[in-house]
Amino acid sequence: MEKVKVDFEACKGCGLCVMACPKKIMQISNKSNNKGYFVVECVDQDACVSCASCARMCPDSALEVSK
Amino acid sequence: METVYKKSEMLTDATMHYCPGCTHGIAHKLIAESIVELGLMDNCIGVAPVGCAVFAYNYFNCDMQEAAHGRAPAVASAIKRVHKDVAVFSYQGDGDLASIGMAEIVHAATRGENITVIFINNAIYGMTGGQMAPTTLEGQKATTCIYGRQVRSENGEVINGNPVRVSELLATLDGPAYIERVMLTDPANVMKAKKAIKKAFEYQMAKKGFTFIEVMSGCPTNWYTSPVDALNFVKTQMTKKYPLGVFKDIGVEAK
Repeated sequence: MEKVKVDFEACKGCGLCVMACPKKIMQISNKSNNKGYFVVECVDQDACVSCASCARMCPDSALEVSK
Repeated sequence: METVYKKSEMLTDATMHYCPGCTHGIAHKLIAESIVELGLMDNCIGVAPVGCAVFAYNYFNCDMQEAAHGRAPAVASAIKRVHKDVAVFSYQGDGDLASIGMAEIVHAATRGENITVIFINNAIYGMTGGQMAPTTLEGQKATTCIYGRQVRSENGEVINGNPVRVSELLATLDGPAYIERVMLTDPANVMKAKKAIKKAFEYQMAKKGFTFIEVMSGCPTNWYTSPVDALNFVKTQMTKKYPLGVFKDIGVEAK
């Protein structure tokens, strides 16, 4: 199941979620969106503990977390 | 699947124009979430400043008014006096509030207007291209002080002068009910900041007086750092000059 959903066009690849994630499962991918930013992705959905630290730190509200 | 966290309904779907990693977006979210949680979403008017947050009216799902440079507290005071039961907030940066708008903020505070002011302190003029702001730290580089802010020269002549601590300044006045300085550097501090903003709106709705939250924020673009390094700078350098804490709190029961 996808616990962390990324809004592909809203993400600006700033990396604050990468810093905030306690499980270190967020990383900047090599896929870019229409604005040219490399979008973040969750590499291990099963390891996610749904703490929503990434979503709280996201300035562009691009992350949605469920459990 | 139960949703733990999603975009606040108080924010519009417009993509924000802020630079990647700018904490303006986090501050917007915290205001939006606080207003929704207090049930004020249909009963709220915001005042947007001049500066990076000049388009804030595009992002909040409530009535917004754009103010002239630095005059947001005066506009917010007027709105509050006409609409007494509406939550009114102004959202201002440090170039707007601490420089050109210093008179308006001091007088709105000392009158004890029932408004909430969210002050974003990133120690630089962001939108106009990284000039030195009144809050720029000593030694910090900006495009108008390329060797770093120098308070005095070696022979004692004033050059750039000292940075201003707005929260401490306003805390000496009688009008404010609640003044706190917070920072947006990590999830724990973001949650503390949200608590402070929510408390400020609660005080406002209880008609306690002027409430002021200083939010320390990073500016990766004009500091020439990565977003993560910018937040580390806030945590390690800015907190030395601008310590976190509550500077005034008259308590929710006091008149």
